Amino acid sequence: MDIKKGQGRFIFFCLAPAVILFIVFLIIPTIDVFRMSTYKWGGYTDDKTFVGLQNFTKLFHSNKFYQSFQNSLLLIIVVTIVTFAFALVFASMLSREKLKGQDLLRIIFYIPNILSVVVISAIFSAIYDPNSGLLNAFLNLFRGATSDSTLWLGDQKIVIFSLAGAMIWQAIGYYMVMYMASMANIPESLYESAELEGAGRMHQFFTITIPLIWTNIRTTLTFFVISTINMSFLFVVAMTGGGPDGATEVFLSYMYKEAYTNSSYGYGMAIGVIVFLFSFALAAILNAVTKREHLEY
Amino acid sequence: MKNNKLTHHGVSDKVYKGFIYVVLIALAIIIIVPVAWAFMASVKQDIEFYGNPWALPKGFYLENFVNAWQKAKMGSYMLNSVIVTVIALALLLVIALPAAYVLARYKFKGSVILNMMFMAGLFINVNYIVVPIFLMLNNGDKIVRSFLGHPIFLNNLFILALVYAAMALPFTVYLLAGYFKSLPREFEEAASVDGAGYFRTMVQIIMPMAKPSIVTVILFNFLSFWNEYIISMTLLTKPGLRTLPVGLMNLMAAQKSAVQYGQMYAGLVIVMLPTLILYILVQKKLTQGMTMGGLKG
Repeated sequence: MDIKKGQGRFIFFCLAPAVILFIVFLIIPTIDVFRMSTYKWGGYTDDKTFVGLQNFTKLFHSNKFYQSFQNSLLLIIVVTIVTFAFALVFASMLSREKLKGQDLLRIIFYIPNILSVVVISAIFSAIYDPNSGLLNAFLNLFRGATSDSTLWLGDQKIVIFSLAGAMIWQAIGYYMVMYMASMANIPESLYESAELEGAGRMHQFFTITIPLIWTNIRTTLTFFVISTINMSFLFVVAMTGGGPDGATEVFLSYMYKEAYTNSSYGYGMAIGVIVFLFSFALAAILNAVTKREHLEY
Repeated sequence: MKNNKLTHHGVSDKVYKGFIYVVLIALAIIIIVPVAWAFMASVKQDIEFYGNPWALPKGFYLENFVNAWQKAKMGSYMLNSVIVTVIALALLLVIALPAAYVLARYKFKGSVILNMMFMAGLFINVNYIVVPIFLMLNNGDKIVRSFLGHPIFLNNLFILALVYAAMALPFTVYLLAGYFKSLPREFEEAASVDGAGYFRTMVQIIMPMAKPSIVTVILFNFLSFWNEYIISMTLLTKPGLRTLPVGLMNLMAAQKSAVQYGQMYAGLVIVMLPTLILYILVQKKLTQGMTMGGLKG
């Protein structure tokens, strides 16, 4: 295409709004997170004092931070392992076998993904309700109605797993659809020849399915880390508020509390920086550990 | 199928298939029951919640919806949500389409850097930068107030929509640019021969072809805007301006002190019904679109 006079102007007008919006609402706030983490700042006043890495040293001496770290890590591990295992196995069942109602099942599995996390939190709060909740009523069928009701959201030892349950319920369909999409690309002939050699389903699953969608699995591992950190925040805000007594405080809920509710912006942003670096490092480690030779179909 | 060849496989095949049905249907039930239960609870009277939570409603107590709509103001929150979602979608399309088109089809000074910048934007998560955005708008308000007399940035539905559009930019540009790149060059060349200007070529020839991608963009972003609550609750602090999910969170909190279960469930149904209807109408597009976003192994 020959370069006409108006081309430069056209390009400019097409890009300018997007670039401005991007810089104002994404780039500048991101830089702010890092910059503000080195200031002691109450927020509403203009008194900003540069304190270097003091916010970070304070952070590493804070028990609350370690508690949120512990909770986040536990959620990342539990949610990832359970969701990954179930999603992978179910996806292979759904895509390997010819079943009646396959489409209907897929539609149902994806439903949690279109609901707001607030909606899911409200539903699960009701399910976990010690007196009028579904879960206790269901368990009472087996253990007898006289036994003490379990406080799913009130017991410090249990609550984090209740939270994980809601998160897994929400995530499983999404990863299933993702794995099924990449399983659909595996040629049927591979399974047929394996069948002729007498390989069972388990064997096929481990020697054909998993190796051939390995790249996809690696991508989703990074997703798991990043999305669990983010989703746990959404769930905690709507469901437990970090309680009881900090038992469900996670990285970003702790950050939000310090920065927004408590107005210690500098300290809050320091948490943000650490969480960001942590998630990046964890994703990189997972990526390095899971590196295999790439297989072609 | 293969069962016929090896009869001793036949029986175990059938058992296995039965097993798969049981497992998958169990998962489907686990997904469906909580959602269906919420619908059921939304037409129960408050007194019914003290009985067995599995009991069917005694009648259709639609008063719950009237209460939620009027007393709990879910009606006006719905209007806020509609306004924000519509404006955000319109802004997003008007801004992202030309930008994606130019980034995908034109080489110019800085095009590589801009492409990289938008890609990097995919890694910026809103949960980290919501507080800096709040502070930025708050500071802006301080300046504006000094000569306008009143703030304009916080508690403004249009600004919230603008922030939503900005947050959705990286992924939307990435998705649309991916599509524009796949189109053959001949379209522009033919248009240029016919004497069509750059702008007309884009609007009249390229955009109509991008309709399927545009539909995907609208679907995904509708869901994320409609369901969003972290930015909304941070930037809109006036009770009258709440969006639906924030309103629901409020109902959840209110329900804890005054027992108004019915109203809470009705509010919950009001929030999720539009997304469920949309999903049932377009579910195929949604699950296909998800894998279109370059997530394939």
